[in-house]
Amino acid sequence: MSAGYYEVNGKQVPHDEEGYITNLSDWSKELAEVIAKQENIDMTDEHWEVVNFLREYYDEYQIAPAIRVLVKAMKKKFGPEKGNNKYLYELFPYGPAKQACKIAGLPKPTGCV
Amino acid sequence: MSELDKNPEAATDDVPPEAQEDPLYFAWEPKEGASAHIQSFKAAPEFQEPLGYPGELVDNWKEVALAKMEELRGKFRSFRLFLDICVKCGACTDKCHYYMGTSDPKNMPVGRQDLLRSVYRRYFTLPGKWFPQLVGARELTEDVLEEWYTYYFQCSECRRCSVYCPYGIDTAEITMAAREILDSVGIGMKYTNEIIGKVFKVGNNLGLPKPALQSTLEDLEDEIEEDTGVRVRLPLDEPADILLVTPSADFFAEPHIDGLIGYAKVFHATGAKWTLSSYASEAANFAMFIGSYENMRRIALRIRKAAIDLGVKRIIIGECGHAWRAAYQFLNTLAGPFDFLDPNYPVPQHICEYTWEAIQKGLLKFDKSQNDHLKVTFHDSCNVARASRMGDYPGGQFEIPRNIIKAVCNHFYEMPEDTIKEATLCCGGGGGLLTDDLMELRKKGGSPRMKALKQATEEYGVNKMAAICAICKTQFSKIMPMFGYGMDDIMSLHQLVSNAIILPGSEQEKELMEAEAENAGENAGEGEA
Repeated sequence: MSAGYYEVNGKQVPHDEEGYITNLSDWSKELAEVIAKQENIDMTDEHWEVVNFLREYYDEYQIAPAIRVLVKAMKKKFGPEKGNNKYLYELFPYGPAKQACKIAGLPKPTGCV
Repeated sequence: MSELDKNPEAATDDVPPEAQEDPLYFAWEPKEGASAHIQSFKAAPEFQEPLGYPGELVDNWKEVALAKMEELRGKFRSFRLFLDICVKCGACTDKCHYYMGTSDPKNMPVGRQDLLRSVYRRYFTLPGKWFPQLVGARELTEDVLEEWYTYYFQCSECRRCSVYCPYGIDTAEITMAAREILDSVGIGMKYTNEIIGKVFKVGNNLGLPKPALQSTLEDLEDEIEEDTGVRVRLPLDEPADILLVTPSADFFAEPHIDGLIGYAKVFHATGAKWTLSSYASEAANFAMFIGSYENMRRIALRIRKAAIDLGVKRIIIGECGHAWRAAYQFLNTLAGPFDFLDPNYPVPQHICEYTWEAIQKGLLKFDKSQNDHLKVTFHDSCNVARASRMGDYPGGQFEIPRNIIKAVCNHFYEMPEDTIKEATLCCGGGGGLLTDDLMELRKKGGSPRMKALKQATEEYGVNKMAAICAICKTQFSKIMPMFGYGMDDIMSLHQLVSNAIILPGSEQEKELMEAEAENAGENAGEGEA
């Protein structure tokens, strides 16, 4: 991938080389569907639950949550069957932190992660 | 003799074509340009400027690059010596994991060095100035810069080649110099430079602000209490005796966070007064990867400031390979003197030194059977193994982590001899290459380590690998599934400690005492019968 644009409702939303949107305020549910499609992900209720949780957490803390914080939140909502690391990777095969952040319109977690 | 020692020629004999598809197969035959297409994203101006570098290629790039080379040649005698001294003996050629994984001859250590050496010869040696063709000297062109960018970001600065070089030429130093020259003309790497900027802005590689860190630490305190019944604190910005500086991945990623829980339990059990700092919430120093002394210093000074502000007596570094090199080798030069710390302790100390000392003093109690389902091996991280030490004797950096593992696990096995300790193989993601856009290189470069692990699995049934480096842990959790392992088959060393430690007053202590009482009862019963 190179830097470019997502097309949403006839509007162009710029993204960086890795597909993360450049202006966080450009995000919309429609855009999330477009990014997910490019990532070969069909958005289900569970996907949305993760995306919504990430956005709420980001709103409060300006960063995505640690994986296990996310796991705990999922566990609370859906029970232990879906509240585990393995399930999160089934939802987002490239990793719940990076791939889900991309769809949620948040910056990529950087560093040794 | 292991696979890695095989004669290169012999190894390529009668290899079926299918083997070429096997990620664990090494094609020793060099393939020109095999990894020329692998290049990481370059840094946009917004990631260059906070580090003091031009945002894009400067007009007088040639002049600037040669002036920088001149400066480095004057400042670092090692750099000049390494460029002058190579006799092309070939001992290093098959020692680089990226060469093993890609077969690209420019990933042979000597091949990589020559990318810069050829330019150095042209401008800084007499024969190179007069008869460039005869001595392999070449002009500095934009294509050369591009080639440098490609191949100097296919080196993880692991220094394995330097162990086998009869002159001790350290390719990592040449790589660092090349990256510094590239940055000085405006060509930087996005991954490393964006991260360094985040340390300046937020305090850590991750960009984790204090409220988020505080909330994560409280969450972990709750989690430990649920598991053990004991409230183990993870203090942040509190006055203390010990400042723990650890990679920010320890606050975020798996299995890193289990290591952090392990450190907290050890501190708790030893009754230490310790704290983390939100200002120095990063042990990593990525400026080392790009050979930037100035930026390295700026990052290191944060540790000094945090230590003074919190009034601590000791500084301890968490599980992070290059951070330990940056701290052990350079902290005093970059940010010293540390005369305000307690002189009875080394500055800085490694968390493994702390834990091992506590074990030797009998301060920690373990139930090793908690790790009985694991057959563990240990991956020596390159910067710990080849660029630093632990304890007060040579080889302490190999023995101390192993001693800890053996104190908490019943089943420990080694990988092949020529892939451990000072001969250790890089995880494939070190030196600033742990970025998604280099995944192909990371997989190929990680394959020699995976091959060695596979031997340990076949021979001893090893199912877990422990490490003491945030980069290694993340890299392995990503690539191990590509080699038939699970992403959680890589563990933090202190995760093993955490599994086995019996905290005073914990549920585990109660269970253990009950089990012991029951055993004693049974034994007494048997005695009577």
